[in-house]
Amino acid sequence: MRLLEHEAKQILRARGFEIPRGALVRTADEIDYALATVPLPAMVKAQVPVGGRGKAGAVVQVADSTAARETIARLLGSSVRGYPVEGVLLEASLGVQREFYVGFTYDPGGKMALLLASAAGGVDVEARAQAVDERMVQRAADVRRELYGFEGREVAAGLGLEGRDLLGFASTLQRGWDSFLALDCTLLEINPLVLTAEGRFVVADVHLEVDDDALFRQDRLEKSYGIPRREASGRFPTALERQAAEIDALDHRGVAGRVIEFDGDLGLLIGGGGASLTAFDAIRRHGGRPANYSEVGGNPSVRKVAALTRLLLSQPRVARLAVIMNVVSNTRVDLVARGVITGILEAGRDPAATLAVFRVPGSWEEEGIKVLRRYGVRFSDRRVSIDEAARLAVAASRA
Amino acid sequence: MAILVDEGTRIIIQGITGREAAAAARDSLEYGARVVAGVTPGKGGTEVYGVPVFDAVRAALAAHPADAAVIAVPAPAAREAALEALENGLPLVVLLTERIPRRDVVAILARARELDARVVGPNCLGIISPGRSRAGIVGGRAADIGKAYRRGPVGVMSRSGGMTTEIANLLTQHGIGQSTCVSVGGDPIIGSTFVDLMPLFEQDQETRAVVIFGEPGGGAEEALADYIATRRPRLPVVAYIAGRFADEMPGVRFGHAGTIVEGERGSTRGKIAALRQAGVLVAEDFSDIVPLARRCLGAVDP
Repeated sequence: MRLLEHEAKQILRARGFEIPRGALVRTADEIDYALATVPLPAMVKAQVPVGGRGKAGAVVQVADSTAARETIARLLGSSVRGYPVEGVLLEASLGVQREFYVGFTYDPGGKMALLLASAAGGVDVEARAQAVDERMVQRAADVRRELYGFEGREVAAGLGLEGRDLLGFASTLQRGWDSFLALDCTLLEINPLVLTAEGRFVVADVHLEVDDDALFRQDRLEKSYGIPRREASGRFPTALERQAAEIDALDHRGVAGRVIEFDGDLGLLIGGGGASLTAFDAIRRHGGRPANYSEVGGNPSVRKVAALTRLLLSQPRVARLAVIMNVVSNTRVDLVARGVITGILEAGRDPAATLAVFRVPGSWEEEGIKVLRRYGVRFSDRRVSIDEAARLAVAASRA
Repeated sequence: MAILVDEGTRIIIQGITGREAAAAARDSLEYGARVVAGVTPGKGGTEVYGVPVFDAVRAALAAHPADAAVIAVPAPAAREAALEALENGLPLVVLLTERIPRRDVVAILARARELDARVVGPNCLGIISPGRSRAGIVGGRAADIGKAYRRGPVGVMSRSGGMTTEIANLLTQHGIGQSTCVSVGGDPIIGSTFVDLMPLFEQDQETRAVVIFGEPGGGAEEALADYIATRRPRLPVVAYIAGRFADEMPGVRFGHAGTIVEGERGSTRGKIAALRQAGVLVAEDFSDIVPLARRCLGAVDP
């Protein structure tokens, strides 16, 4: 879960970091207060959970209050890369002496956590690091303990810092590591970490992501900071996708959802994860036009499967439905069959005419075959491969 | 010979009194696996399908020495369960649990590394050596396992649990058996990657080819390509990498960990190119795995 910049800064300040003077503006009538508390010149920064704001014109320097008002009003209610701007941060500009990059993340290849630091902070960190020949110092960090002072000082020295600056940078690193662990971050990037003209280290911008799988033990986010749980999504979901997510949330039994909308005429009820990708690829390879992607697995309830089936068929462009899953072990074939048949009937359609293919071999398949037979639906068994099933589905959808 | 688990492997199941774990114990026993004990703190003294339950791993091992632990406990308890197995000297831990916090996974793997123990998973279905043993839930009930899996010369590694059985089934349908199949897990950070397991398959006389199932996201396939290109292992490798269409949709989350593919990094296209470059036979259609596997088996000198 990615925090908004102002949320992350609020938490970091509580954890001992320095952040710039700023005020969050959510509505037009909050502008006056913000201008009264934040000295100009200032930055106006749209608060959206996505990077590249600067390039999108969502981070603007303003020199006077007229410019500030105009910019804030313009950004509020606009959208940045698909995300609606619900808040804008008015933040005092800093007197910058130097800019650094500090990052904490996990390295899947090394199966460990990493600390990264560079004396070339700012936009396009990697490119600039190369351009000015500034190294990105990288160091493994043990999640089971704190970062020692000497480790922080070694990194600082590696960046060419000395004296008070070295000490200040090192303690920033230690504080950053503590926060990375305490907040169960998957990423904590302070970029830039500004060394001001007065010699203070200030978090000018931060990208903080909390591990979705650790939210169960991070309830202080909501309780102490008022930060609500946000669903992860690469882009804004469509209406169909939102409805599918609601269906999947009907109960905790398995998964019948993760729908991504496409514009074809062949509805897909596919699963599990790897098999969904495989089936979708196969449908495309045989010239099929998917109406959607989905993931069905973990023995979802008949109710959810039926509701998802109904939802897919509610799209006028969807003529046929292909049900393709891998050989299932944890999911019951008969329950998937029941769910699909129920959904088709509830949508007022005929199962045999609507199903382009039903290929779900595996546990309880004998019972599943019986359910389908009652409605005249052919069962493609384990001798039919996933791509063969896709071929059959596409052929049927053309007939 | 098989890797990781064979007919001699003695298994304990942590979290055995949970519904799924209990069923898994029953099904594994029926399949012929040596499930010798279970652990659920507070339930010591009871039994599950004839398997004695203990309050602690230490007590279980004192009564029933074992070689592997299968862990099926809820995510918040997973780190401690894994550490309990590791600290008590178990050399193999199969972590089925999904949605374990990343920090916990890394802590587990760090300790395992220190103790020279192997972890498979998390978020995996386990390991099966057909006809010999099964650690986990891969393949489901005994009768279902028998339909999909048979003993033979192909090792299987898959990032998708369900596709482990799908690949085995495909091979079995065409008369090609499997030595050991490993569901390595769907998370970004796992205990045993393709590269970690290749040397084990290479040392196994019975394995004469390896089939892998890959997906978008991460660098597991690229790392394998690198390994093959530099080490030139004796074993030919066949790969199917799903998610070609995902390449055309940047920024959309798919699959297990909601992997986002940005640009070339982690893309299916990139993985396929890297693997082909290293000499791996990449199946275009899923069922192409069969002729490609046959080619590998035919080409290897007995």
